[in-house]
Formats: sequence, structure tokens, C-alpha cells
Amino acid sequence: MYAQMVKSEATNDDPEMLAAFQARIDAGEKIEPKDWMPEGYRKTLIRQIGQHAHSEIVGQLPEGNWITRAPTLERKAILLAKVQDEAGHGLYLYCAAETLGISRDEMTEMLLSGRMKYSSIFNYPTLNWADIGAVGWLVDGAAIMNQVPLQRTSFGPYSRAMIRICKEESFHQRQGYDIMMKMAQGTPEQKQMAQDALNRYWYPSLMMFGPSDKDSVHSAQSMAWKIKINTNDELRQKFVDQTVQQAKYLGLTIPDLALKWNEEKGGHDFSEPDWSEFYEVLKGNGPCNTDRIEARQKAWEDGAWFREGLMAHAKKAEARRASAKVAAE
Amino acid sequence: MAPSLSDIMTPDAAELARAAGGGASAPLEMGSPGHDLFVGLARLGDNTLILGHRVSEWCGHAPVLEEDIALANMALDLIGQTQLWLGLAGEVEGRGRSADDLAFLRDAWHFYNILLVERPNRDFGHTLMRQFLFDAWHQPMLKALEGSSDARIAEVAMKAGKEVAYHIERSADLVIRLGDGTEESHARMQDALDRLWPYAGEMFIGDEIDARLAEAGTIPAPESLRGAWDETVNAVLAEATLTRPDSGFAHKGGRQGRHTEHMGHILSSMQWLQRAYPGATW
Ligand SMILES: [Fe+2]
Ligand SMILES: [Fe+2]
Ligand SMILES: [Fe+2]
Repeated sequence: MYAQMVKSEATNDDPEMLAAFQARIDAGEKIEPKDWMPEGYRKTLIRQIGQHAHSEIVGQLPEGNWITRAPTLERKAILLAKVQDEAGHGLYLYCAAETLGISRDEMTEMLLSGRMKYSSIFNYPTLNWADIGAVGWLVDGAAIMNQVPLQRTSFGPYSRAMIRICKEESFHQRQGYDIMMKMAQGTPEQKQMAQDALNRYWYPSLMMFGPSDKDSVHSAQSMAWKIKINTNDELRQKFVDQTVQQAKYLGLTIPDLALKWNEEKGGHDFSEPDWSEFYEVLKGNGPCNTDRIEARQKAWEDGAWFREGLMAHAKKAEARRASAKVAAE
Repeated sequence: MAPSLSDIMTPDAAELARAAGGGASAPLEMGSPGHDLFVGLARLGDNTLILGHRVSEWCGHAPVLEEDIALANMALDLIGQTQLWLGLAGEVEGRGRSADDLAFLRDAWHFYNILLVERPNRDFGHTLMRQFLFDAWHQPMLKALEGSSDARIAEVAMKAGKEVAYHIERSADLVIRLGDGTEESHARMQDALDRLWPYAGEMFIGDEIDARLAEAGTIPAPESLRGAWDETVNAVLAEATLTRPDSGFAHKGGRQGRHTEHMGHILSSMQWLQRAYPGATW
């Protein structure tokens, strides 16, 4: 997901306080920033929300890659609107994380130095125009799968950010599917681009949900705290079942020979992604890890004079206001 | 077969231009009212298209998240305005060319934007200064167009004017804050101003087409916008503690289809898909 394999922190708080806290969560109450919370809850949330925010920011890059080459003015406008939304999502999420006592600059610093992660999916390249369709359809589609339940998460600011974000995500998925439709029904070359995009994005999209439940060590505590609502495998299954129908409608083939309907379980059987590839991507060995981080580092470093200039001006303006006030008195 | 030397030496420029595909597609008879209006509208739409393209190159690379959002938003406005201006240009031309046909299937010499908007982004200071110099012209231009004798033009100008009021507010504010910020930010903004200055004058130099459009009351003469532009620019530069260059030199040609080397590169990425897969729908 946008937050994958978030390590949950152990907690050694007072057992009575812990029990009372858990009771609030079980009763469906929202935890607000000023409320008491276990240190582990706070730290896990910072990691999860921060990772989610970073994913929105880094996620601008693979799509931004096609803005100047979008094939029509309307597609260009839609893509600009979408990338703008993603930056906005990053902003809401950083604000939500900041209520937990960490600043956006600190989180940015951690992203740039590799101490915080972003979703593995954004380390894959967008190679043809249909990839922009596939990203909206599959990547935003998988994100929605995860984010809709997170609207009910226990932490108030996170839940409210998710509600705002989910409203925009469905537009993202629809515009992606619309591109795929045009491509799949277009010229032979366009159809080839669409199939190629699906071939490359299918397994990385399945990886977005994180490793299989049996290998997912941090889920139980996060689920008890309602900062994770469904298990990785539940969401992945739901995603596959939904996407199979959509691919069929497009006339595209999901690149999995083992994919078939299983009447008994009421869902599809499908092949697992190559998890060794997933772990390599997390380690920094995905096709675009270096490019993505370098792009973010460059933006940050090149922008230092700009941020400093604005701060210096604010200080000068403040000083001028103060001295004007003194003069007036 | 390779041409003989005498063929190459043939001084028939018109014939060569036809063979190369230029000129032959001249849309309307030069000097006709339809042709004038087509060029006038293309000048408006090409400015917003090429500037929108340049601004969109920043997506995901801006110095702070708020700027990523603001730049994407501004590029979105400019592309939206392009759709309206070029859509109207195609309608006026009456040969069934859509806004997309005009954006993606013309070559550089049929684009009529000013050279300023095709200048490369360089650092964020250049991008902001280019935007400010353009906005300070764009706003009074749209204001005047609201009173156009052509109701279709007035309508587009009304819509675009609302967006551009926000653009100028933002770009002027940032020019002031960075000009009067740190020593470095001041130096960068002054450098941007000095480098871009020779590209500002083109906005105010009219040709016969402009004169006829102004005469008809459809699009104001470029010269008529100079006063409003000077007023805004002088006030903002003063507050920004920046020095207005005293050179009156102006690079020109863009509005007549003679561009800088950058234009071909912009078009080769912008038009690539449409050119590589002709006839496809997207
Ligand atoms: Fe998003
Ligand atoms: Fe996203
Ligand atoms: Fe999205």
C-alpha cells in the first residue's frame, strides 16, 4: 500500500492507561492529538502517515513524467489536475502527521536520507502513455482499496485526511480507466501499449498491499489500534476480484496463467508476485529508486535559497511592523 | 536520386517552401479579416500553451510542496485557456481544425507566441520572474479583451481574467518577497530580471495584423498595454528592491512565427505522440 510494512512500535506504558486507551478504540472513539496515547501508537502512526505522505509526493514523478507529452490538451489538463491533487494529499497527510509532534521538514529530511520509505510502486517507470492509464486504474485503484477503510481509522486527523483524499481518488481511478479504454479500443499500437502497461504494472500493483499475512509481522498490533483495518491478503484478494472484471471489459489479458475463478472460496486464485523483487525494491534496487530520490533531493537542495529568501523576508516584514508600532506609540 | 547541383542552386524560395510543406497550408488569405482574427487568437492561445508547458515542467520538482500545487494549478489554468483560445481560432478559420489539431499538428513557424514564454525555466527565480513579466501584461490584456467587439472573445477573456487576477497577485507577491529576502535570493531575482528583460518588449510591438484587429475593436493594440504594464512592473520592482534594467532592446519575431531554438524542443516533446501515431484518438 502507500504505507507498506509499517513496523509497529512496542509500547511500555502503564497497563491501566493502556487498557483504558484500548477501550476507547474498541468503543469506536476517535483519538485526537491532545489525548493521551501510547508512545508506540504515536510512533507507528508517524511512520505510517509519513510514509503515506511521502508516497503522494514521490508519486508525482512517474506521472509528471508524461505531462509535457500528454497527447491532447484535455488529457494534459486532467493529468495536471491529478498530479496537483496528489501534492495536495501529501500536504493533508503531512499536516496530520505534524499533530503527532514531528515537523514536515524533519520528515522530508528522513525521506531524503533514506530513513523513511515511500510505496514501492513509485519505483517503477512510466514507459508509454498507457502507463498513465494503468497507474490511475491499478495504482490509484489499489490505493482506494486501502484508503476507504482507513476513513474509519482511530486517529482523528488521519481519518479526516482520508475522507478528503478518498473523494478525489475515485476521479483518479476513473480517468485512468478511461485512458485504458481509449487505448484498448484504439489502433493496434495503442492496444499494444495498453497490454504492455498492464503486463508491467500488474504484479507491482499486487505488491502494494504488502507481503502475505503469514509473513506480515506487524499487523496484529496495528489492527488492534485500528490504524490498519484489513489484512494485506484480504485487500489483495478484493483488488484482484474487482480488476479481473475490468480487464475483461477492456479486452486485455492479466499476465497470470494461474488466474482462475474459485467457486468454493468465492474469489479468484492467482499467482503471488515475486516477493524477492519486492524486497529488492525496498532495499533500493527497483528500476527507479535512484532517479526518484535524486529528483527529490535536487528539488529540495535547489529550492533552499527560495525557502530561505521567503523566511528572511517574513522576518524583515515582522521587524518593520514592530518598529512601526513602536514609532506609533 | 540525388539532385544535381543546379537544382540545389535554384533560387526559387517559394517553390522550395512548398516542397518542404510550409506556406502551402496557409489557412486563410493573408490580410483577410478571418486570417487576422485567426492569427490574433493563435497569438493568445500559443502564449498560454507554451507558458503552460514550461510551468508544467516543474511538476514534482518545486522548492516546496505549496509551490508544486500552485504551479500545477497555474499550468492547468493556462492549458484551459489554450483550449478556449485555440478552439475559437479553429472556429474562425473554418477549416475544421480543433484546438488539439492546432496545438499538436502545427510546426514552429506557425506558432505565434512571444519569445518570452519559450525561455527555459532555469532556476525557480527565472520561472517566477518570467511569470510575473507575463502576468503583468496578461491581466490588462484580458481586461481590455472583456470589451472586445467580438462577444466570443469577451466571454473567454472574462473567464480567463478571473484566473489571471490570482496569477499576478501570486507572482508579484513572490517577486517582492524574494527580491527583498536574502542577499542570494535578491541576486537571483535581479539576474532573472536582467536576462529576461530583452524578451519583455515584444509584448508591446504591433504589426499590421494587430493594427487592423485594434481598428476593428476585436483585440487591443499591443502598444496600448505598455502603460499598465509599466505601472505594475515599476511598483513591484521598487518594493522588491530590484533595479529595472534601462535597456529598451527587444528580441522579437515570435508573434510572426520566428522562434528561438528552444521552440523545436518544446514541440518535439509536446507533439510526439500525435506525430508518431497519426490518426489515433486518445
Ligand atoms: Fe493520492
Ligand atoms: Fe496516489
Ligand atoms: Fe490518486
